[in-house]
Amino acid sequence: MALAQRVLGAPRLPWVFLTPNLVVFGIFTFLPIAIDVYYSLTGGAQLLPADRPFVGAQNFRELFECESYLDPTSCKRDLFWFGIYNTAEFVVLQVGLMVVFSLITALVLNRKIIGRSFFRAVFFYPVLLSPVVVALIWKWILQRQGLLNAALDGAGLSTVNWLLDAHWAFGWTVFVSIWAHMGFYTLILLAGLQAIPRDVYEAAEMDSASPWRVFRRITLPLLAPNLAVVVVLALIRAVQIFDEVYVLTGGGPGSATTFMVQYVFQTAFSQQVRQYGLAAAASLLLASVLFGLTLLQLRSMRSKDR
Amino acid sequence: MRRLLAMLAARRGRGRLHWTDWASYLHLLLGLLVMFGPVLWLVLSSFKSEAGLIEFPPRLLPYEQARVSVQGYPQPLPVFRITAGDFKGRELAEVRRIGLQAQMLDPASPGEILRVPAQDRERVMRLHFALENYTDLAGRFSFGTYLWNSVFITVTATLITLLINSMAAFALSKYRFSGRDAIFVTILATLMIPPTIILVPNFFIASTLGLVNSPWGVIWPGVATPTGVFLLRQYMLTIPDELIDAARMDNASEWRIYWRIVLPLSAPALAVLAIFSVMWRWNEFLWPMIVLNKSETFTLQLALNSFQGELTTSWNYLLAMTVLTLLPVTAIFVLLQRYITQGIASAGVK
Repeated sequence: MALAQRVLGAPRLPWVFLTPNLVVFGIFTFLPIAIDVYYSLTGGAQLLPADRPFVGAQNFRELFECESYLDPTSCKRDLFWFGIYNTAEFVVLQVGLMVVFSLITALVLNRKIIGRSFFRAVFFYPVLLSPVVVALIWKWILQRQGLLNAALDGAGLSTVNWLLDAHWAFGWTVFVSIWAHMGFYTLILLAGLQAIPRDVYEAAEMDSASPWRVFRRITLPLLAPNLAVVVVLALIRAVQIFDEVYVLTGGGPGSATTFMVQYVFQTAFSQQVRQYGLAAAASLLLASVLFGLTLLQLRSMRSKDR
Repeated sequence: MRRLLAMLAARRGRGRLHWTDWASYLHLLLGLLVMFGPVLWLVLSSFKSEAGLIEFPPRLLPYEQARVSVQGYPQPLPVFRITAGDFKGRELAEVRRIGLQAQMLDPASPGEILRVPAQDRERVMRLHFALENYTDLAGRFSFGTYLWNSVFITVTATLITLLINSMAAFALSKYRFSGRDAIFVTILATLMIPPTIILVPNFFIASTLGLVNSPWGVIWPGVATPTGVFLLRQYMLTIPDELIDAARMDNASEWRIYWRIVLPLSAPALAVLAIFSVMWRWNEFLWPMIVLNKSETFTLQLALNSFQGELTTSWNYLLAMTVLTLLPVTAIFVLLQRYITQGIASAGVK
């Protein structure tokens, strides 16, 4: 480094410090985007781009080949469309419910309660668990002879094979991913709540405003920037749901819990014929959704800082 | 009890509990049950024997049928309590069962075989923690290999992450040069390219560089992180430039300034990034699954996944392995909870 300083001179030195970082970004983030575009325009099962025949927009056309877009079974790549519909439904349910639960929990944790830091830790703990561990914890509870069925059985109710029923399995993927991630959003909202000045509430108390009114008129408006950040972050993550669901249900039963990322993964890596082109095309479509959401994120963060 | 209630009901300002207080505690207790109960259930289950695991309905604690060693029998014999007939109330060990009859003996006088109808007895259960679920792992399933792979990837990747991101942050915070802001924006822009959308090209790049089935294939793609650069840069901006100018007067090289002055002063931010990096790497799943295909290169997460996918899953070992996998993260959480929560609250990242 001292040598570099002598050879290059101090003005160019910042670039030396930047080089390792930029090289890694270049090789594993920016270059891949270009290659991704190239893959999406070529066909065949070869991995080496030079060996792949150019097919133009064929991959995209194939993904969009449908008799009716409302009916995934009528599409040539039906799994892709199941993935889109499942992901859309998942995103709406998961983000909506999770933000509500996180907000309620943050409001509760912001009160004068006994054991506040303990309860905060309890809600946050699952965030740190790996998706595989999260999935196995719930798989063990939801299995046919698991704890949940034992409780139902004990209460005289009939048991359900939770992960083998399409509707229940989908519901559980939503629940489990909320369980695993809500602590993170609770924490951000709690930080936002704690930043609201106390005297605003004291003024409301003097006017003996009802709790609901205080929430509607004071808390919610002042928390809005944090809520926006939370919603956008949660959306970005929910669109990319894969890990815990893959271990919990494997995308099944049938295609009931197959989401976008799993479609990309399966198409490229876990089928007999590896369709890299199709997978790259699908991931570029996913990227365009994420691109829009990230622009939203940057905007919401800027408005929060203001 | 009444005092406890009075204490719980006592609130500053007002005398009695408002309904919102009741609702809050109800929410917290339900939360405790739902958030922590499943983890506790996993840990308790991991101490059950294979027989205990398939019992339905399951017991809360790991119970197992009592066994007794009797001279002349190679295996310990299961113990039953006799519920009817001549031997009612006695605890006998079963030698063998023939149809509806069981041949039993009293461990105190093993010479005499007693015949008991099979329906006139119940198993004697005792608390038994099946530690063998854990101790067996050492020799079987190459658990040590997976553990080593995970530890190696986590530690190496975290060290490289800290080094190269702090170098970049140093350049971006302590120098003025043309193109600085453009570089910073470019690095932040990588937030828009999450790893999930470049899986296919990254697999090609990893295989071109010979990184498939190598821990380095998992390590390299994630070491440069916009979150890390951002976190460290914001922190380094608060370090006064006078310190650096003074060091330059003493003819310190720029590397020395970075290594001896800026890096030590950035310790709190480095700690936050280190914790994040350890969590990311330890828990990483999708990319390792793509780049590591040979089982001897698997991380713990991959091993758990492939193990649970087998048709004849031995849940007792799987559960023990799961507990061991969550143990390091839990330890970090208990020890460093404050840093983690503060880091997330300030940076808004996970």
